[in-house]
Amino acid sequence: MKTVEDINAKIRKGDVVVVTAKEMKEIVSQIGAEKAAKEVDVVTTGTFGAMCSTGAIFNFGHADPPIKFKKVWLNDVEAYAGLAAVDAFLGATKPSETREFYGGAHVIEELVSGKEVELRAIGFGTDCYPRKEIETTISLEDVNQAVMINPRNAYQRYRAATNSSDKILRTYMGTLLPHYGNVTYAGTGEISPMNNDPEFRTIGVGTRIFLCGAKGYVIGEGTQHSPPFGTLMVKGNLKEMRPEFLKACYFPGYAPSIFLGIGVPIPILDADLARATAIRDNEIKTTIIDFGVARRNRPVVREVSYAELKSGKVEINGQETRVSPLSSYYLAEKIMKELKKMIEKGEFFLTMPVERIKRSEIFKPMKQKEIRIVREFMTRAITISEDVSIEEAAALIVKNNVNHLPVVDEEGTLKGIVTSWDIAKAVTKHAKKVSEVMTRDVVTVFPDDPIAIAISKLEKFDISALPVIDAKRKVLGIVTSETISKMMEVS
Amino acid sequence: MLLLLRFNAKTVREPIISLTAIKTGALINILKADVGARRGEIIVEVPDEKAKDVEKAIAEMGVELHEITKTIARNNNCVHCGLCVSICPTEVFYVNGDSKIELKTEKCIHCGACIKVCPTNALYFPI
Repeated sequence: MKTVEDINAKIRKGDVVVVTAKEMKEIVSQIGAEKAAKEVDVVTTGTFGAMCSTGAIFNFGHADPPIKFKKVWLNDVEAYAGLAAVDAFLGATKPSETREFYGGAHVIEELVSGKEVELRAIGFGTDCYPRKEIETTISLEDVNQAVMINPRNAYQRYRAATNSSDKILRTYMGTLLPHYGNVTYAGTGEISPMNNDPEFRTIGVGTRIFLCGAKGYVIGEGTQHSPPFGTLMVKGNLKEMRPEFLKACYFPGYAPSIFLGIGVPIPILDADLARATAIRDNEIKTTIIDFGVARRNRPVVREVSYAELKSGKVEINGQETRVSPLSSYYLAEKIMKELKKMIEKGEFFLTMPVERIKRSEIFKPMKQKEIRIVREFMTRAITISEDVSIEEAAALIVKNNVNHLPVVDEEGTLKGIVTSWDIAKAVTKHAKKVSEVMTRDVVTVFPDDPIAIAISKLEKFDISALPVIDAKRKVLGIVTSETISKMMEVS
Repeated sequence: MLLLLRFNAKTVREPIISLTAIKTGALINILKADVGARRGEIIVEVPDEKAKDVEKAIAEMGVELHEITKTIARNNNCVHCGLCVSICPTEVFYVNGDSKIELKTEKCIHCGACIKVCPTNALYFPI
């Protein structure tokens, strides 16, 4: 049993043993977890992928006369200014208002590579901040703080994507070819930080990490954190970042985004952590989901392991389908090696979390305004059987003041429908029974259907009522355009 | 060999490819065709041993002809993610032993699918 203090003492002395997550798998398989825990002090993990939930907080200093931002743009990309006078948050996926294929990510990249960007702002013009507009150029050297603060990074694992539809889909998971033409997936599997410490014993609030070449920190669980689809919220100084570990990108048909490099050192405190860092791609499972269905709950096509995904080919419905990663293994490995070097050189010390992040959490869907369903609009149906006379049907219509009579058998199963119009026609045709004039091909709805479906059926078939039935076609009630209009007006 | 054929208002109406195939007996594989009312561009693949005959036959019919030697190329923007790998119809892209994305450019058929897909704008056709 080691402590992080023991390990930091070794870093100071220069005899710390650091291996990459890739190397650790081999070590544990050769000498076992117990022995590996004694020999290895730190395992470095890494990931490099597109992480949309990324941005940076800037403080630009005060102008003279001073301004309180109402709106602010950096290279025509708007940053959020609802903070103090000259603070702003620039999001990576915010598109430029003037340039195509350019967004917040590109501004961040240009700043990190030492370039100047144009700042344009309008102000409220208050007594304390009288200025109403400003235009200037700034670089990272000119601003007070430039801190990357990312609500959600470093997904532990992610759902792979495919497309069953007959159209090409341009998504944040890349281009998905029709008819299951390809699969794309994100994450670095067995070398990805959170997969190497799935209990989050050493990755938590306050853990020092490698963030795009700078020393950064985990500041909490990321948004949508839902282990084993865990995420991290991180921060780091933009001024210390290196351009090779940060790359702006643009997903056609989606938005700008940014590739980030994140490395997390895992202190090997005991055999359990050694065992955890020995995890292999074949043990890391995810699902392939179908982006061809544009709903929140996209259908699962199949379960798959990162080992299969990394092989470059997976089978879908008996067909071999080619797979594209979205994360760069090359750069993730480079980050593991870079972090290893920094620790060995005594430039990077480890921290233990001051608070652990949750090991289980549910990722809730958005609470939406209640979807109104047919049941709410349903009224009692006056039913009739098909061998009833036209006179009796007419009497029922008049007595109940309705226009529609669903025709049912003894069990209440729907057989047809007659309307007051049908009865009028029956008189001119000298028909005797309901069965002679009823419509047999009835358009129906289910009680749990959204009311929007009922409305579109009424419009499509140019009718004024729909019998509401259950799965066995038993009539439960009726929904009429009259009732819908009345109830919609009220609400 | 890959050939780029440029048709003008007159030649675009002629069955140039069929005539050339009959004349030379060469198996001509059309890789990309962009044919309009008054002009057109077609990229074809022809067997190397028949290339001379094909070039001659096409040129005689008044079609502008260029040999394509430069295929897909990559700049420093590449982060080696591999999104191009499953998009390319001829498997130009592959992951090498260092987890880097490498290109077998000789397989490129100039479809341009990868260019549109690359998130860092790292792929292009050199002019």
